[in-house]
Amino acid sequence: MTDPIIQVKNLHKWYSGVHALKGVSLDIQRGQALGLVGDNGAGKSTLINILSGLHQPDQGEILMDGRPITIRNPKDAMGLGIETIYQYNSMVPIMSIARNLFIGREPLKFSVAGIGWLDLNRMREESVKAIADVDLHLRSPDALVGELSGGQRQGVAIARAMHFKSKVMILDEPTNHLSVKETNKVIGFVRSLREQGVTAIFISHNMHHVFACCDRVVAMALGQVVLDKPIGQTSIEEVQDIL
Amino acid sequence: MRRIMKLALQKPELAGLLLLLVLVILFQLRSGGVFLTANNMRGILGLLPEAALVALGVTLLMICGEFDLSVGSVFALMPMTMAVLFVSGVPFWPAVFVGLALCAFIGFLNGWLTIKFDIPSFITTLGMMFMARSLTVVVSGGFPPRIRPGEVPSWLFTGFIDSSGFIRASVLWFAAIAVLMSVLLSRTNFGNWVRATGGFLPAAQAMGIPTARVKITCFMICSVLAGFAGMIQALRLNSFLPSMGMGMELQAVAAAVIGGTSLMGGVGSILGGLIGATIIRIMDNGMVMSQIDASWFQFAIGALTILAVVGNAWLRKRGRAMKVETDRK
Repeated sequence: MTDPIIQVKNLHKWYSGVHALKGVSLDIQRGQALGLVGDNGAGKSTLINILSGLHQPDQGEILMDGRPITIRNPKDAMGLGIETIYQYNSMVPIMSIARNLFIGREPLKFSVAGIGWLDLNRMREESVKAIADVDLHLRSPDALVGELSGGQRQGVAIARAMHFKSKVMILDEPTNHLSVKETNKVIGFVRSLREQGVTAIFISHNMHHVFACCDRVVAMALGQVVLDKPIGQTSIEEVQDIL
Repeated sequence: MRRIMKLALQKPELAGLLLLLVLVILFQLRSGGVFLTANNMRGILGLLPEAALVALGVTLLMICGEFDLSVGSVFALMPMTMAVLFVSGVPFWPAVFVGLALCAFIGFLNGWLTIKFDIPSFITTLGMMFMARSLTVVVSGGFPPRIRPGEVPSWLFTGFIDSSGFIRASVLWFAAIAVLMSVLLSRTNFGNWVRATGGFLPAAQAMGIPTARVKITCFMICSVLAGFAGMIQALRLNSFLPSMGMGMELQAVAAAVIGGTSLMGGVGSILGGLIGATIIRIMDNGMVMSQIDASWFQFAIGALTILAVVGNAWLRKRGRAMKVETDRK
């Protein structure tokens, strides 16, 4: 039984003369956690950047819930419920947790032509709740993100995505540069997404992390999908052999 | 208590504020009590708004992660344009409007060129500094326009608003603009975008903030403020010279930095810019009042700039290292 939330069909992308994606087709099943693996330059990031609106494909189409969509910028992607948590952190270190949580989507008391008065109380209250919801406990919503550990930052990023009720969460190497304990926490987050009906795309270099929290594994090499199997029907060795 | 202390120590404008206090006390003692008299305060307040308005604009732009070296030239170009138009028969208010619109356009150009061609704003605005300065001379035709006192409503900008002649209207203009900018930066979503754009550009872009528009807007605000400040000075002196505001661009950067604004963007506040500009103004005045050789003025500004940044880094480190009991569960 398949019920894809996002379908990618025959996607092509060139980067300054390099054929980065060579006709990638992929069904992303609703509510599942999909592990995306592959070497550097295999096309993972290109695919993710297209889905999150940072780049546009040169050819091919993307369907969401069966309907064709165009994602021109990150705002479009967020509007469709696709939220991306980047490897190099989607947080501004010199700003507070509360302000980071609502960057670009600030609750306003009133506004004129899109510029308005911040509802600071609501931002603080809701960020405390959002962070507690992902089982993270932080001192105060006024603490600067720069003072948090790498794992806590990923936690705040995930809390932000959950708060805005994203349907699809893309996690671009979220376990890089994290301690073992923090890595386990992030893997726990990904597992809990399934319970909340959120679809996840988890990108990692580390097979063990992928096999620990995903339902399906997709391997890419040289701009193409070379393997696409449920976790139960494959093994770390098989994936590694193919790569 | 310690918690409040810790937060205060990490405020970027703290070093500037302490310096300001020390300087005021120092000058008061050295000048034999003349420094804090009403008469002298009047002198300080009369000139402060002009340099401080420029500093506020530069501070906002630096928080957004960009630079503007053309403010000194725009400071001269705006009043010159306005005066030349006025002398040639254009009524006062339309002439002011055209002058400010020209500043906005220069700011737009600074921002657009910087972003479109992905070049450092240091370069763009360095070029604009020369171009705008040259335009000022070209517009004047070599002969500065003369406006008779009373022909233009300069009282609206530089007239004394109280009978004792203590506060000029420019102080009110400045106070209103400073409050407005401070509110814009700390209480609106636009301010949040400015800080995010300057603080960490990739994150701001990934979160869908229109970073190009935010930056261009800041460039425009910065230019318009510089032009407005130039107009106030020209009206106060009732002279329109192409050489006005020379060296002002770097003094504005110094003011912003003394007030705790980071060259890297993201960190800083409008209050800090105000403190920095006040310190420079007080140095200028206080050294004269204490009969120190005025040739040391530039030296003092330079030393203060370095001292403020070093002091800031030290205070922040102390603040961060300060242990506070947390109610972590």
